[in-house]
Amino acid sequence: MSKGAKSQKAILTLVLLIALASMFAIPLVWTVLTSMKSAQEFAKEPERFIPRHFVFDNFSKAWNALPFPIFVRNTVVIAVLGTFGQVLSSSLVAYGFSRFRFKGRNTLFGILLATMMLPSQITMIPVFLIWRDLGAIDTFIPLIAPSFFGSAFSVFLVRQFLLGIPTELDEAATIDGAGYLRIWWSVLLPNSGVVLATVGVFAFFANWDAFEGPLIYLNSPDHYTLSVGLRMFQDTDGSTAFEQVMAASLIHILPTIVIFFCAQRYFLKGIATTGLGGR
Amino acid sequence: MVKHRPRSLTSKPGFWGFLFVLPWLIGFVVFTAGPMLTSFWISLNLYDLHSMEFVGTENYRRLLFQDEIFWKSVRVTLTYAVVSVPLGICLSLALAVLLNQNVRGQRLFRTFFYMPSLVPSVASALLWGWVFNADSGVLNQGLSVFGLPAIKWLQDQNWTLFAFILMSLWGSGGPRMVIFLAGLQGIPDSYMEAALLDGATAWQRFRRVTLPLLSPVMFFNLVMGVIGSFQVFTSAYVMTSGGPNNATMFYALYLFRNGFEYFKMGKASALAWLLFAFLLLVTGVQFLVAKRWVHYEGEAK
Repeated sequence: MSKGAKSQKAILTLVLLIALASMFAIPLVWTVLTSMKSAQEFAKEPERFIPRHFVFDNFSKAWNALPFPIFVRNTVVIAVLGTFGQVLSSSLVAYGFSRFRFKGRNTLFGILLATMMLPSQITMIPVFLIWRDLGAIDTFIPLIAPSFFGSAFSVFLVRQFLLGIPTELDEAATIDGAGYLRIWWSVLLPNSGVVLATVGVFAFFANWDAFEGPLIYLNSPDHYTLSVGLRMFQDTDGSTAFEQVMAASLIHILPTIVIFFCAQRYFLKGIATTGLGGR
Repeated sequence: MVKHRPRSLTSKPGFWGFLFVLPWLIGFVVFTAGPMLTSFWISLNLYDLHSMEFVGTENYRRLLFQDEIFWKSVRVTLTYAVVSVPLGICLSLALAVLLNQNVRGQRLFRTFFYMPSLVPSVASALLWGWVFNADSGVLNQGLSVFGLPAIKWLQDQNWTLFAFILMSLWGSGGPRMVIFLAGLQGIPDSYMEAALLDGATAWQRFRRVTLPLLSPVMFFNLVMGVIGSFQVFTSAYVMTSGGPNNATMFYALYLFRNGFEYFKMGKASALAWLLFAFLLLVTGVQFLVAKRWVHYEGEAK
């Protein structure tokens, strides 16, 4: 290929990428711009793309229109505890699957992987009945507790990672008299920060995003999470104040974007690992 | 060798391994296997959370032969799956191929494409509800630039499903694209060089080298995409509540309605089992067909 053709191709690629990136960005840009319109301007010309005057009071209005601080607190409590449970349980279970031989291990691991493809609906109602019988409806327990039993996705990720840590480290620790729990705690955990961060970010996002679970289990507005609460926002008002709904949505989006930027590298690597079957 | 004290059962490594796996195993029995069986039992009953009456296969019979909304929801969900999954896979692959060229700002573009997948599902539904707004939404404004008439995206039953498919494509730059990109980056340069030496055109290189090597990734995305289509819930619940005229009554939404709004737990469980059986069948067929088109490296053909 000649040099000219090569640079032509590079320019074409760049133009295509910019065009596509703009299309992908429009809905979010539109949201941000809408959230910065004053109520008066929105009422007069809601369709205007760039506001005549930029205002920021929609964020405080949205924040005060609902018990927003309570929703945020509830969501943070669930997400943080859920993330902790997921990291703890997946590292323990992955340790068992990657470092030990026992009867039925491969069968169990196969079952674990298969549960990844199970539709959640198949267990939804009986699990609801369990929590109802335990009197846990309208508490955070049904939303947090399952995280402490590991999930196929995170166990798989951690196991792939542990398989890459040389067993010499464990053996050295064994010679020093360390037991298995000790090895898990002081050899494997410190060495798997990367994958645990990945699992943690995924778990946090999943909890932050969760809608159907909170919708089923949380009844009183005091216990609502952001996902469930935001929808109430849309309902309470017959004539939807989109400029405020958009501001509220942005408040919901912001933490995930911040976390993504901090943990981008781990996060994308984790996704690639699952998709490529750990190769 | 180090001399060991006589070992009790608890010092056997195998026992410890089992112990470490136990949290998951307990969770599996209590939250997955047990509930699956219970779910099947409930599906044979009429159950409104208070009284239970055994009716055998009546729930299934009614769903399959008397329930028009059930069939509508199957049609809606299948149409959505058949259109949005292949389209989404193609778009993700195209984005990944573009990103895989050595262009400036590759990481920046990747972040741009990924961004929509970071938007929590409720926020995304609210945001798209506004994009699709018939009177002042940005989409109709875009259409009017080209002289096209405004469309009632979420009120006109001929367009709603299309709107949902469009919305799903917005997420094409997410996990699926990242997986494709990693797959592309894993293709050894030597393969491409060999193809170049043989005089293969760009399309031939893509068709004969890239695609076969990506087929396992493609397969993973296909299986997960189809399963994901049957889980569409939040967007339908928030944006349209299944309307108009059940045009967006996705399967998962119909199931939720029956279970947690009408408290027909038996019917909802039957819906769940029909879904499970169907997905098992579809996934099984996909695995069988995969033998013909999915190429695993290091495997003799």
